[in-house]
Amino acid sequence: MPEIRNYTVNFGPQHPAAHGVLRLVLEMDGEVVQRADPHVGLLHRATEKLAEYKIYNQSIPYMDRLDYVSMMVNEHAYVLAIEKLLGIEAPIRAQYIRVMFDEITRLLNHLMWLGTHALDVGAMTMFLYCFREREDLMDMYEAVSGARMHAAYYRPGGVYRDLPDSMPKYTETKYRDKDEVRRMNANREGSLLDFIWDFTERFPGYVDEYETLLTDNRIWKQRTVGIGVVSPERALQLGFTGPMLRGSGIEWDLRKKQPYEVYDRLDFQVPIGVNGDCYDRYLVRVEEMRQSNRIIRQCVEWLRKHPGPVMLENHKVTPPSREEMKSEMEALIHHFKLFTEGYVLPEGEAYAAVEHPKGEFGIYLVSDGANKPYRLKIRPPGFIHLAAMDEMARGHMLADVVAIIGTMDIVFGEIDR
Amino acid sequence: MSAYYEELLETLQERLGESVVNPRVALGELTFETPPEKLLATCRALRDNDAFACAQLIDLCGVDYSEYGEQPWDGPRYAVVYHLLSIRHNHRIRLKCFIDGEPPRIASMIDIWASANWFEREAFDLYGILFEGHPDLRRILTDYGFVGHPFRKDFPLSGNVEMRYDPERQRVVYEPVTVEPRINQPRVIRHDNRYLDPASEEGGDA
Repeated sequence: MPEIRNYTVNFGPQHPAAHGVLRLVLEMDGEVVQRADPHVGLLHRATEKLAEYKIYNQSIPYMDRLDYVSMMVNEHAYVLAIEKLLGIEAPIRAQYIRVMFDEITRLLNHLMWLGTHALDVGAMTMFLYCFREREDLMDMYEAVSGARMHAAYYRPGGVYRDLPDSMPKYTETKYRDKDEVRRMNANREGSLLDFIWDFTERFPGYVDEYETLLTDNRIWKQRTVGIGVVSPERALQLGFTGPMLRGSGIEWDLRKKQPYEVYDRLDFQVPIGVNGDCYDRYLVRVEEMRQSNRIIRQCVEWLRKHPGPVMLENHKVTPPSREEMKSEMEALIHHFKLFTEGYVLPEGEAYAAVEHPKGEFGIYLVSDGANKPYRLKIRPPGFIHLAAMDEMARGHMLADVVAIIGTMDIVFGEIDR
Repeated sequence: MSAYYEELLETLQERLGESVVNPRVALGELTFETPPEKLLATCRALRDNDAFACAQLIDLCGVDYSEYGEQPWDGPRYAVVYHLLSIRHNHRIRLKCFIDGEPPRIASMIDIWASANWFEREAFDLYGILFEGHPDLRRILTDYGFVGHPFRKDFPLSGNVEMRYDPERQRVVYEPVTVEPRINQPRVIRHDNRYLDPASEEGGDA
């Protein structure tokens, strides 16, 4: 009989189930995890330090790259912190646009999570289905900002521009004949809002498809029920937020409890779990997708009826239009000052948090009255969730570690910053 | 919201007495400072006292105040900032603790909130703050074998060393940086409120 002893497994940093660059050192007793030690920081770019050397608006694109599957929500927290210190508020139409795109982003994020989580656990089809829908959502991003992912669309004082009246269309190529192009362009004939509306009509059906594939699936349940159980008390202790906290049965959603923008005018519900295991968190997130769909529909209806400005006219903070700039001296000066020196924030500190798809995403901004932040601290939800890896994985099998990583919905852009 | 926090502040001063230093309510947020020797007791009270019930430590971060403002900074160089959240009462409290010394030392919050674990490792990594009582104070975000604490204000933005693969020695080598530091936009502090419209002045002037 050979001697049996613990051995160490190095999981990642290059592993498809590690969702990026996670190096996980696992101390194993046979196939049971004794200790999990995640090594993070392989994607560390010092975003916070870089921001200290940039004028405020130049850091907005960096926010996209934090959590690179929920881009606009990151920007949202950042511009909210700036707006709080400046004491300005975006026009109401811009607030609705922000909320609508926050929820579109939530769908993007949850679809990415669902696809990869299911793929890790062995359901290939989910991945393909989810990415099919992400394509439409990214087309919305593209129509509004010109970029499919890193939008830099939210600005202090509003959003960069109003929603477009037409959608970009497919054209004929040697691979696509006229009929196919007509079919592909069918829902792109109207404005962006029509396109979004068409999507929200179809989307609940898609969620039903996912649920048909997974919710009662025997293999899916075997892999997720009772795995990574976190009690409500521990979830609070460990600093969980978002679906991770709600999965444990604590009703806490910043959109309801500390509403920002126009969330208090919208009708939606907050799902919570019971057992705090991977399966409950799955159910919570799937229901969140349905609720997001409802919010998007309410926003589309409101936006159709209420045209208006999407950016403040305060040209000390927001740039004047190109047209004004070419004809008015004042506007030219504002433009020049804004893009060279930027604007200064009054001395003080502010913390702005939003309900990010992954949890509470916060920006703590310290200003000493300069045109650059003195200190910018990003509160990443995934960082805290991953810190609980050891506690959640201990005593589980090696294969369950993959399910736990999946349920945490971790993205290294925000964890490593 | 501000009225609620004013009231909460009174309760705080009543219950915690001298531990509450320089309290203020600004922009709908409650902030106070506490001396390092009273930090543990203050935090325990904030968590356990029913009036505060801050069950969650939402954020913990270091701040290096050495280049703050225009005048040379004469207070303690570092601050550790705690953002607490009470789910029961739906309020947030910001607690700051200024510390000095090289290396700066402060008590670890890990026994009060488990979420402090990685936050404290991060603050140690980036600012070199030693959290006494932390069981596993290793670097977390920077590379294995990194020298220095990169978020300190005296650490250059482009770092001290750069890394490349040396084909002759067949391994990665570290060399002093060759990047010239440059400033695209100078840092300016403006005191006049030209940039603020009158409506925002009351709210913005923290």
